[in-house]
Amino acid sequence: MSEVRNFRAIGQRVIRPDGVDKVTGRANFGADFSLPGMLYGRVLRSPHAHARIVSIDTKRAAKMPGVHAIVTGADFPGVQSEEITGGEGAGNYKDLAVNVMARDKALYHGHAVAAVAAASIAEAEAALAAIKVKYEKLPAVMDVDTAMADDAALIEEDLYTAGLPEKPTKPSNIAMVMELKRGDVEVGFRDADVVVEETYRTPTVHQGYIEPHACLATINQGGQATVWCCTQGHFDVRSSTSKVLAMNVADIRVIPSEIGGGFGGKTTVYIEPVAVLLSKKSGRPVKMTMTREEVFRASGPASATKCVIKIGAKKDGTLTAMTAWLAYEAGAFRGSSLAPGAMCIFAPYKVDHFLIRGFDVLVNKPKVAAYRAPGAPQSMYACESLLDELARKLDLDPIDLRLKNAVEEGSQAAYGPKFNAIGFRECLEAAKRHPNYALPLGPNEGRGVAAGFWFNAGMQSSAEIHINENGTVTVIEGNPDIGGSRASMALMAAEELGVPYDRVRVQIADTESAGYTNVTGGSRVTFATGMAVIHAARDIVGQCKQRAAATWGIDADMVDWQDGHAVPKPGVNADVKPLSLADIAGNAARTGGPLLGRASLNARGAGPGFAVNFADVRVDPDTGKLDVLRYTAIQDVGKAIHPSYVEGQLQGGAAQGIGWALNEEYVYDANGVMENAGFLDYRVPVASDLPMIDTQLVEVPNPSHPYGVRGVGETPIVAPLAVIANAAHSATGVRIRELPLSPPRVLAALEG
Amino acid sequence: MAKVHVTTTVNGQPVEYLCAPEQSLLDVLRETLKLTGTKEGCATGDCGACSVTVDGTLVCACLVLGVEANGRSIGTIEGVADGENLHPIQQKFLEHAALQCGICTPGLIVATKSLLESNPSPSEEEIRYYLAGNLCRCTGYDKIVRAVQDAAATMRGEAA
Repeated sequence: MSEVRNFRAIGQRVIRPDGVDKVTGRANFGADFSLPGMLYGRVLRSPHAHARIVSIDTKRAAKMPGVHAIVTGADFPGVQSEEITGGEGAGNYKDLAVNVMARDKALYHGHAVAAVAAASIAEAEAALAAIKVKYEKLPAVMDVDTAMADDAALIEEDLYTAGLPEKPTKPSNIAMVMELKRGDVEVGFRDADVVVEETYRTPTVHQGYIEPHACLATINQGGQATVWCCTQGHFDVRSSTSKVLAMNVADIRVIPSEIGGGFGGKTTVYIEPVAVLLSKKSGRPVKMTMTREEVFRASGPASATKCVIKIGAKKDGTLTAMTAWLAYEAGAFRGSSLAPGAMCIFAPYKVDHFLIRGFDVLVNKPKVAAYRAPGAPQSMYACESLLDELARKLDLDPIDLRLKNAVEEGSQAAYGPKFNAIGFRECLEAAKRHPNYALPLGPNEGRGVAAGFWFNAGMQSSAEIHINENGTVTVIEGNPDIGGSRASMALMAAEELGVPYDRVRVQIADTESAGYTNVTGGSRVTFATGMAVIHAARDIVGQCKQRAAATWGIDADMVDWQDGHAVPKPGVNADVKPLSLADIAGNAARTGGPLLGRASLNARGAGPGFAVNFADVRVDPDTGKLDVLRYTAIQDVGKAIHPSYVEGQLQGGAAQGIGWALNEEYVYDANGVMENAGFLDYRVPVASDLPMIDTQLVEVPNPSHPYGVRGVGETPIVAPLAVIANAAHSATGVRIRELPLSPPRVLAALEG
Repeated sequence: MAKVHVTTTVNGQPVEYLCAPEQSLLDVLRETLKLTGTKEGCATGDCGACSVTVDGTLVCACLVLGVEANGRSIGTIEGVADGENLHPIQQKFLEHAALQCGICTPGLIVATKSLLESNPSPSEEEIRYYLAGNLCRCTGYDKIVRAVQDAAATMRGEAA
C-alpha cells in the first residue's frame, strides 16, 4: 500500500546522471560504435507495394569491389508461428522474420529483399544497385475499405479471420475480429433523448524519433554474437534475433546504446538479425544504420484507422449507450494496436450499454509498431470528437458532459476491471478551474477539450544495488534511458537508502549483466523498474540492519534505518553510535562481505493514467492554416518522481499529438509508393509551430506503488488529436472528421 | 575517384584528412575524425541534428561536403564546453531538463550558441524561429525555449 510520507529526494528537480555526456556529445547512441575490421551493411528494399519475388540474382554484386557478404531471404532459417509476448505491440515471430527479410513476396514499398556487407557504404550501395530482382507486381491494397471488400486482393493467401465463432469459409485481409460489450445497446439507445453517429479517419503516422535505427553486430566462429544497438528493450532484441536466426539466446549478447527516441517504434527489430547474419557470412563486424527514408518506409508506423462511433444520451448528458466499429490497419502482417484501442475507447466513462467491434486489417504498408499509448489516440480521437459534437447538441460545457459520466474509484472499466484510485474527475475539475479555460477568444479562434486514457503497464523488471566501499551506491538495471529514467531510479534509491542523490550512480547493463527486464515502454519504467529499485534498496537496508546488529551484538529487529544510518530502536539498551551506509560498507569485509541488494518482480497494479487537455487555435480563413495559440495539459501522474521530466512527458506527448492532428500523414501514390519519406514532406512540429505547453500535474497516488507512482509517458499523446479537432470546429464552425487538419483540407471545408 | 587531401581546423585544432569528393562533412566528422557528437537524423538538411559551424556560420554538416572544409574553421559540439567547464547553454539545458532522449541536443546547443552570439537577447518568437531547423521529438520545445532564455540571461550577466 502507498505510504503517507515526507519525501526527501523524490520530487526534487535534480540534474540527470547522464546529462553531461548528452550536452557535450560524448553519449554514445546507436550509430556511434565502431570495431576494427568493421564492414557496413545496407539493405535493398522493394520498390513495389505488393509483388511476388520471382528471382534474385546476386552474382554480379558479389564480385564487386569491397563486397564481403550478401544475404537474401533464402539465407534465413524458416521460423515457426509463435506469438510475441512481453513487447508493446502484437505480433508473431514468423511474421517478424519475414518482415526482417522478404521471402516469396514483397509486401510493402520498402520491404527488405536483400542486404550487402561491404568495406564502405558507397561500395555496399553500388552492390545493391547490381542485385537483380525480378518482381511480378500484384495489386496494392492500401486502406481498410479496399482491404475489407469482398473482392479484395489477398495480402496473405491463407489468412482466415480469427476471433469468429467459426472459421470463415474463405481467406481475407481481416486478420482478427474482436468484440467487447456490456448490457444491451438497443435498450440504451431506446432510452436516449439524443443519438449521434459519425465516422472518423486517421492517417498512417510515424513516431518520428530523430535517431534512425542503428546497430553493430559481430559473431565469432563459435556462434556467439554481440550486438550494440539503440533499442527500447535489449532483451527483446535478443529474443527476436534468436527467433529470426534460430540461435540460442545464450549466444546473443545485446548491449544497449543511448537511444535517440523510440516512442514504441524501437520495441522490435529490423536490421539487427540482418547484421548478425552478414557478420556470420563475412567473418567481420557489421554496422548497419537506416537512412531517414528507410525509417519511414520500412520501420513500423502507427495504424491508420476508420472508426464509426454512435452515442446515445439523455438531455442532461447522461450517456445511455455507446457503440464503436473500429478498423485498424496492421500493415502487411497481422497485429495492429486494435485491442488496446478498443479497450481504451470508452474507459473514461460510465455507461451501462456499450458494444465495441474491432477489425485487424492487413494492407500493403509496413507492419505497424507501437506508438505511445498504441491504438488509443486513434479510437479516442473518434470518441472524444463525437462527445464534443454531443455536447454542442445538448448545449453543455464539454467538461461538464464528461464530469457527468466520469469513472471514479470503484467504477467498472469498459475493458473489465474495477478502477482503483484514479484521478479523472480531479483532472476534469482542475481543467474547469484553470485560468486558461476562462481566457477570452478572438475572431477565428476556438477552444477544444478532450480526455485521454491509457492503462499503463507493469511487467517484469530486475534491479541490483551495489554499495561501494565508500558508501556510494551503484544501481544496475535493464531499461534504456529514453527520457531521464536514470534520474528517477537514482532518486528512488536515494530516498529509500536515505542518502543524497549525488551518491547514487545508475548503470543500464546489457543482457548478460542485468537481470531480465521488459521493454522501456508501456509507461512502465518508473513504476515497475522503480519498484524493483526500491525493493533492492530495501534488501540493502535489511542487510545493513543485520550488519549493524552484528556489530553491536543485538538482534537485527532491534535496529532501525533512519536518514541513511543504522540506529538502535528506542529503548534498546546499547550505548552505540549510529552507523552510516559508508561505515557499514567500509566494514563489510568483517561483517559478511560486500553489500549487494537485489530484486526481480513482475509488477502488478500499474495505475491507469487519465488526462484532460484543452487548447485554443486560430484559423487563417484565407489559407486554412491552424495555429495553436495555447495548450494546457492536465494529467493524473500518481506521484511525480522528477517533476521536470514528468512535465516533459506531458509537453512532448502534446506536441506529437498536435503534429498527428495538424500535419503528419503518410502520402502514397496509386501504386502504394510512399511519396513523403523525409522530414521535409512528413512535417513534424518544429519550435515555431508551437506555443509554450502549460502543464498541471494532478497527484492521486497509485495504491499499488510504494510512492504512489503511476505511468505518465503515454497518456499525454491520447487527448491532443481530439483537442485540436474540437478547437478547430470551434474556430471554423465546421467539423472535419478526418486527420490531419492540414491547410488544404481545412480550406476545402471552409469553402464548403 | 581519388580522395582529396583537406587541411582544416576543427574546434581550434588543426586537422588533416582524406575524403572522397562526394563525402559529406557529417560523414567525415563522424566516420573519419570519430567526432560522433554531431548526429545524423536525416542526411537531407531537415532535422538539424548535425548542426555545426563553418567559419562561424551555422550549417547542417550533412549538406556540406568534406572538401569544403578546406581552409575553414569548423565548430562542433565537442568544442562548446571550455575544458571541464560546461558552457552556460549546456548547463541551462541540464537545469531545465531541456532534453529527454538527447539525440537532438548537440545540434540544438550548437544552434543556440550561434543564435546567442548574434542576438544576445532574443524574444521567444526569435528563439522559436531560429531553432525551427532543429527537430526535437521528445520535449515539445517548451523546456528548450526556457533553457535558451535562461542561458541568454546568464550570458548577459543577469542573475537567473
